[in-house]
Amino acid sequence: MEPYIRPVVIGAMIFIVFNLLIVASAILVLAERKIMGFMQQRYGPYLVGPHGMLQPIADILKLVFKEELRPKGADKWLFTLAPVLSIVTAFVAFATVPFGAETTLFGLLDEPIKLGISDVNVGVLVVFAVTSMGVYGIVLAGWASNSKYSLFGGLRASAQMISYELAYATSLAAVILLAGSLSLREVVDSQQGTWFGALPQWYLFLQPIGFIIYVIAGVAETNRAPFDFPEAEQELVAGYNTEYSSVRFALFPQAEYINMVTMSAVATDLYLGGWHFPGVPPEYGWIVFLAKVSVFLFVYIWMRWTVPRYRYDQLMKFGWKYLFPASVLNLIATAALVLYFNA
Amino acid sequence: MIPLSHYLILSATLFAIGAAGVFLRKNLITILLSVEIMLNAVNLTFVAFGRYAGDLDGQIITFFVMTVAAAEAAVGLALVIALFRHRESLNPDAFTSLKW
Amino acid sequence: MPETVTFYLFAALAVGASALVIAQRNPMYSVLLLIASFGALSGLYILLDAPFVAVAQIIIYAGAIMVLFLFVVMLLNAPKEDAAEWDRAHPLRAPGVARWGTLLAGLLIVQLTSALMAVNEYNTPVGAQSDATTVNSVADMGRAIFTRHTFAFEATSILILVAMVGAVVLARREDNQ
Repeated sequence: MEPYIRPVVIGAMIFIVFNLLIVASAILVLAERKIMGFMQQRYGPYLVGPHGMLQPIADILKLVFKEELRPKGADKWLFTLAPVLSIVTAFVAFATVPFGAETTLFGLLDEPIKLGISDVNVGVLVVFAVTSMGVYGIVLAGWASNSKYSLFGGLRASAQMISYELAYATSLAAVILLAGSLSLREVVDSQQGTWFGALPQWYLFLQPIGFIIYVIAGVAETNRAPFDFPEAEQELVAGYNTEYSSVRFALFPQAEYINMVTMSAVATDLYLGGWHFPGVPPEYGWIVFLAKVSVFLFVYIWMRWTVPRYRYDQLMKFGWKYLFPASVLNLIATAALVLYFNA
Repeated sequence: MIPLSHYLILSATLFAIGAAGVFLRKNLITILLSVEIMLNAVNLTFVAFGRYAGDLDGQIITFFVMTVAAAEAAVGLALVIALFRHRESLNPDAFTSLKW
Repeated sequence: MPETVTFYLFAALAVGASALVIAQRNPMYSVLLLIASFGALSGLYILLDAPFVAVAQIIIYAGAIMVLFLFVVMLLNAPKEDAAEWDRAHPLRAPGVARWGTLLAGLLIVQLTSALMAVNEYNTPVGAQSDATTVNSVADMGRAIFTRHTFAFEATSILILVAMVGAVVLARREDNQ
């Protein structure tokens, strides 16, 4: 029985994660509008389904039934390739993120299976590599639309993303120094246990500045507020996705939400101890993981509707002149302290 | 299992394609792209030999080759931009004023 | 068996994409095809038990250098080469090149291939003589770079600094005083 169960379990895990990501982006659409509503002292979507719970279904149906437009001068292949690139890189990035401990599924399997789509021994770098490929979706969307607003939005968005990749990578490097491994699963497992029996050994407490830098860089990477100048409605008529409609358009915000989920998941793995929590047995670690990722997503949405947007030059200045030097100093300080305490 | 010669032949083919691109194309950007193809072919040779000999030096050299390729692409593209501003053309035949 | 299939798949993709790169009229398509070629090469590096090089290839080449190329192509609005001009002035149509150049190139590839396959020891599988774990350790690679190859590392960092300053200076718009 065993040789047949294992591939089925792996296939089921992949299927569940894939669909969960798609459903998560739909839930996030609703969550964003509801939370935004409550923060603005109103109810948000209320009519479709009980308390507006079925609103995402209405949104998706509306988008699917719209007309598929393509501007006359738009490049035929690149116009369709751009949203495909965005969504594919969004999914692939989540494939290397582990979300649970090794489990035998309560005795169903003989050998434990690792909860995660794939466990690569350079997992941290793979996430970074795939997110840096996400730039292409946006820049091609801007270019292929053959429209000034799209082009400027695309160029600005991609310039912003590649600028904040530096701070992102250096704060990752500091965590790798502490963990001693490039594999995300090993980074999580090195955060087990507690200090003084109460404080969990998360890297959040060892690297507070690195954590803040990582979160800011992550928000900028996903083009979310307050760094969403390139796609802000008030500024550039929706920027790089101005000329997109219907399904091609729907893929862009979906890719953005999945990127949000991936960034939150990676932040949870790197700084919040992943699925470890003092007192929770490892088989139920994935519930802890989901809870932590949800906290991050709530903070994302909260940030969007609380702080005003950065202007583009303020955004670039902040990324290059303040965030990147801060992350380099963080890395040097971490390296010095690791050397001192290990010698 | 893949014999080493397969990797070397693949690398030689890629290098030949890159060299053909440098010689045959009349667009400065495509010429730079062909140079990148050649550098990648060389990287593949290094890594293949490194794996064959069980030595890590093959991968270390590719690390440096990639860095040098990045620096060269940056400077090459800056030159292309400067040239384009001068002559409004990306054809290398437009820059022959120093020929006898 | 799956390794052989993967190798041929990635090899075909790399060669096909590279051949198309030099045959495209539109430079934007050339850049995107080269990114596909780099992805295929990255897969080949993984087959060669070099995960760090594979990921570095994506991060550096496909994720940074190609973005730079893309930006320059968009900035210069590099035009598609004109179709009629392309057919008329293409170097492969010149009689000398068409007859002798292709012959020489084909001869070169045949000679290289037969020479490489004649060396008997190169016909052994790539992974036969060494253990995979000695070559795919990132920690060992880092240790080697910072101890044995320190000079090359420092020289490369100076090179990058010079390239960065040079690129900014070269591409700066000249002010007419």
